[in-house]
Amino acid sequence: MTDLKDGGLKDAGNPAVTGGAVISAKDLDLTFQTNDGPVHALKGVSLDIEKGDFVSFIGPSGCGKTTFLRCMADLEQPTGGSITVNGVSAAEARAARAYGYVFQAAGLYPWRTIGGNISLPLEIMGYSKTEQRARVARVLELVELAGFENKFPWQLSGGMQQRASIARALGFDADILLMDEPFGALDEIVRDHLNEQLLKLWARTEKTIAFVTHSIPEAVYLSTKIVVMSPRPGRITDVIDSPLPKDRPLDIRETPEFLEVAHRVREGLRAGHGDD
Amino acid sequence: MRSIIPVLTVVAAIMALWYAAAVPMNAPWAYDVAKRADIELTFTDLVAATWSQDKPKLPAPHQVGVELWETTVQKNITSKRSLVYHAWITLSATLLGFGMGTVLGIMLAVGIVYNRVMDMSVMPWVIASQTIPILALAPMIIVVLNAVGISGLLPKAVISMYLSFFPVVVGMVKGLRSPEVMQLDQMHTWNASASQTFWKLRLPASMPYLFTSLKVAMAASLVGAIVGELPTGAISGLGARLLAGSYYGQTIQIWSALVMAAALAAVMVALIGLIQRIVLKRMGMAT
Repeated sequence: MTDLKDGGLKDAGNPAVTGGAVISAKDLDLTFQTNDGPVHALKGVSLDIEKGDFVSFIGPSGCGKTTFLRCMADLEQPTGGSITVNGVSAAEARAARAYGYVFQAAGLYPWRTIGGNISLPLEIMGYSKTEQRARVARVLELVELAGFENKFPWQLSGGMQQRASIARALGFDADILLMDEPFGALDEIVRDHLNEQLLKLWARTEKTIAFVTHSIPEAVYLSTKIVVMSPRPGRITDVIDSPLPKDRPLDIRETPEFLEVAHRVREGLRAGHGDD
Repeated sequence: MRSIIPVLTVVAAIMALWYAAAVPMNAPWAYDVAKRADIELTFTDLVAATWSQDKPKLPAPHQVGVELWETTVQKNITSKRSLVYHAWITLSATLLGFGMGTVLGIMLAVGIVYNRVMDMSVMPWVIASQTIPILALAPMIIVVLNAVGISGLLPKAVISMYLSFFPVVVGMVKGLRSPEVMQLDQMHTWNASASQTFWKLRLPASMPYLFTSLKVAMAASLVGAIVGELPTGAISGLGARLLAGSYYGQTIQIWSALVMAAALAAVMVALIGLIQRIVLKRMGMAT
């Protein structure tokens, strides 16, 4: 990626950016002014995400995990501190289409077929028709939806729609995938299945993934790094590097190592709640 | 078939009520005639007399039916006495006004959605415009346009436009704002331009709202065109037929013009409904 190289040069003299960090936040503050006074959505948040990491953000609502993700995506403007994505500012990274963003709801356009939905960002970015078709076919196969190209969203189940929305975020080959509780609205069984698929996808594409969730098993199962956050003000209370191997069958969730990490996450969440 | 029975029941009920009402409404005249001829009216005679007067207060349905038949099917459509000719005069003004109103309405809606100043300033005026009685405004529009040498179709179309742009503005503002915050954020993450967001998201999302507005606008347009024909003493058009009918006490003519106007509106609205079904089905949004 040229972005990465340019960014690396530009930030060479900046000690805040470590060599391989794809996303780097330093002392990030974000304060919303509301009628009830200022709300500190984020306060003093610093974090480096390395290339190829799968980082989960977990915490109770109001802890700023989604806000942090939105800062990476340039959907929110921090009021203090700095954040770089691929070595450049979040706004420049967005303009360079450095990331794909998966929202809580699939948000597919009802008037477009699945194929049409996936090629929407490609149309916007000016890919040729043939290129669009090739990419749609490829990402549909990646999320195991091959053959559903000409179906309309309402013809698909909720889990399939969310897979289509992931395919849409993958179509333009961004190295970073930002996911905001993508499976939050789905039932447990579908969720397990999608988690398994997501890990396979991550292994195949070697993307850097930032993943917001409030399910402890989901966070532990998926991540190489788990970021525990707590509210008022939104801040990071613990960062846990997962000792689990990269290859994770679903039943890894019954192993002692898994339970130990889950325990530590739960402890972190409880500590964060202490000041309520 | 099951849906046609309730409709027919209602129609039958209206017909029965209409025939029943014609008897007392037209009875005084029937009694007058009988008195002068010195005849005692039986009930059957009375009913027959009230349902067959030349200038009844309330014509019976079959009288209106006969008038409609004679002025549509049995007249050459280019004839000044053909209701089809008059309906076309009114319809042409309606369609022109409807087209202008739709374009104006969509343009205003786009302005309101995209421009904060327009959002704050235009909407109150749009609403205020509809509180002015059209009957008061119509003669002024006709006179002013006439003074600058515009007469005939266009002044009537302008009045149609005045009534029909309103539902389009209201519907389209709502439709263009119907995409969720999430969908707009999504566009933002793809670094989409404002025009891409409009053409690919806001406009398609507004289609169901547009068609609903168009149906209301079409009916309003027809009212506008008819009202536009009243103050000018126009010699053709459904409005002119209504006016002439009321001058000369030709109640049957008035009622047949009313039925024609209603039928016209029903056909046009049904046509828009059909286009709506086709378009939304092709967009995969059929309900």
